[in-house]
Amino acid sequence: MLSNSIVALGQQGLAYMAGAGRAGLLLLGALKPAGRGTKLLPLIIKQLYVVGVQSLVIIVVSGLFIGMVLSLQGYTILVGYGAEQSLGQMVALSLLRELGPVVSALLFAGRAGSALTAEIGLMKATEQLSSLEMMAIDPLHQIIAPRFWAGIISLPLLAAIFSAVGILGGHLVGVDWLGVDTGAFWAIMQSSVEWSEDIVNGAIKSLVFAVVITWIALHKGYDAQPTSEGISKATTATVVQSSLAILGLDFVMTALMFG
Amino acid sequence: MSQSNNIIEISNMSFSRNDRVIYDDISLQVPRGKITAIMGPSGIGKTTLLRLMGGQLKPETGAVVFDNQDITKLSRKELYIARRKMGMLFQSGALFTEMTVFDNIAFPIREHTELPESIIRKIVLMKLEAVGLRGAAQLFPTELSGGMARRAALARSIALDPELIMFDEPFAGQDPISMGVIVRLIRDLNDALDITSVVVSHDVEEVLSIADYVYIIANKKVIAQGTPAQLRQEKSQQVVQFMEGNPDGPVPFHFPAQDYQEELLNNVK
Amino acid sequence: MISRKIEVMVGGFLLLGIAAILMLMLKVADHQMGGSETSYRLYAKFDNVGGLKVRSAIKVGGVVVGRVTDISLDNEDFSPVVTMDISSEFNQFPETSSVAILTSGLLGEQFIGLTPGFIDEEENTILAAGDHIEDTRSAMVLEDLIGQFLYGNNDE
Repeated sequence: MLSNSIVALGQQGLAYMAGAGRAGLLLLGALKPAGRGTKLLPLIIKQLYVVGVQSLVIIVVSGLFIGMVLSLQGYTILVGYGAEQSLGQMVALSLLRELGPVVSALLFAGRAGSALTAEIGLMKATEQLSSLEMMAIDPLHQIIAPRFWAGIISLPLLAAIFSAVGILGGHLVGVDWLGVDTGAFWAIMQSSVEWSEDIVNGAIKSLVFAVVITWIALHKGYDAQPTSEGISKATTATVVQSSLAILGLDFVMTALMFG
Repeated sequence: MSQSNNIIEISNMSFSRNDRVIYDDISLQVPRGKITAIMGPSGIGKTTLLRLMGGQLKPETGAVVFDNQDITKLSRKELYIARRKMGMLFQSGALFTEMTVFDNIAFPIREHTELPESIIRKIVLMKLEAVGLRGAAQLFPTELSGGMARRAALARSIALDPELIMFDEPFAGQDPISMGVIVRLIRDLNDALDITSVVVSHDVEEVLSIADYVYIIANKKVIAQGTPAQLRQEKSQQVVQFMEGNPDGPVPFHFPAQDYQEELLNNVK
Repeated sequence: MISRKIEVMVGGFLLLGIAAILMLMLKVADHQMGGSETSYRLYAKFDNVGGLKVRSAIKVGGVVVGRVTDISLDNEDFSPVVTMDISSEFNQFPETSSVAILTSGLLGEQFIGLTPGFIDEEENTILAAGDHIEDTRSAMVLEDLIGQFLYGNNDE
């Protein structure tokens, strides 16, 4: 019994290792220059539409609401110390350092990551990937690479939009509804937010998240069992694993950057 | 037969997947300009055989020679060059769902040639005309019926004028009319374009009506081969069962199980 | 292959993203464009720097003229030395200037207030890179103030 479970554990470990190896090869194969760079750009533009433009609405709406909620909560706490003028600082720093990169990455994993996995899984199930191979076209260049680049370009932009909209939402609630002085709102924010410290670090975070989410999504789709059940499992795995990876990496990066 | 008369020669090839042996020391030849059919019951890996021929899978032992080159020993680059001489019609059609039928067929031409768009348009329309779908050029694959999708996929697989086309179950799941259309298309394209066709199928009648030479595969081996006329004379029980579709025979009706009576009696435990 | 609509929308998306980054940069962080502005370095020795931090502001009459780049301890007399980068724009402070560690509001963050001294016509005594400011006033520590208040001032 015990030896059986040890064997099973070992086999599972090996399977994970093999999966990681396939994921690595996938990325290497996709990023290796194909020698036809001119044709990659239109493919990336098309994927930017799917991955970026189509995620815009959820990012803008969520950013607005999160900024408004932050402002509302922050006001009720800060007003107790008579420090409600620091509201801008609180909203901006929470958004730029944490909520902007993390929440937009979580939304991106749910909206774009799952869609990427499902799309590629379906392409595999309907033999579109094999058919590319038989046409002597590398599916890693044709399918994986443009999606990877589009993900990496999109998420940092989406995170910046999220933070910007969130700050405007915070301004809306804090200044227009609760009556904080608009000059103090911006001035205290400006004196406390550092370009290199807060904004660049937030951008680095979302870039890392973009790589991780897109990579997981593409690997899960490419590695999916080509059946309906396999695709649905792969899609779930994408969302679960990228969410966990986002939160775990966020802690590590926060500790390194601000610790 | 001299060497160059066969476009594909598989010799002493063995292949297994997940410890399950699919092919055990199998050999077969596909002569140029002919329609060669490979038949056998489902689940014996006929599609796998096509993937082995296309170099998507590598056998454990043996050689797969395509056009005098051993596919198993080619580098990735050489393999891609060799594949430009092959076309493959997948069972599901495998049309790219995000582009129109026109773009689907133009796709391999655009990828592999530097032809101007006006010439590409002419080629695509010619290919579509050949399969009778010129009117459907601007439709998306999801708007096509199963038979039309397969014909569109056929047009795509001949877009680059390959020397060899592989058909994976071209008749499966088609209504009688589509089936008739596809049977005729395979024959006509083969003769008109002077290409070689490999048809993998288990639809006995359709295959026998168009094939020049037939291999029957079962139990990891070639169990019979010959022209359709020769096969109809075949006496081997396995072949007869497959050709006539008898429910019981060497391939038993019952999945292997313990003795029936014994199991019925022993169920009280 | 790609429709015009998709191209336009992707272009709009990219512009929106860049606009958001610019807004964060200019409006939120008030980042000065033009990158590395030149500065010169001054030192000041205090008895106690209190809650002063690296990157704290250096202000003259409320205007930010530079930032603290380093706080270290002098190994000989164990008093903290503050390194300040002052923007080259403001390079006419006389040697008699003094610095003090001040607090914005009761609980606010601490910064260095620089009070320019008088200009001596006779000698050319302008602070230059690497100079030490001698006249310093340390941070007020709240606990000391409370202590003084409670136990009275023994000097009087």
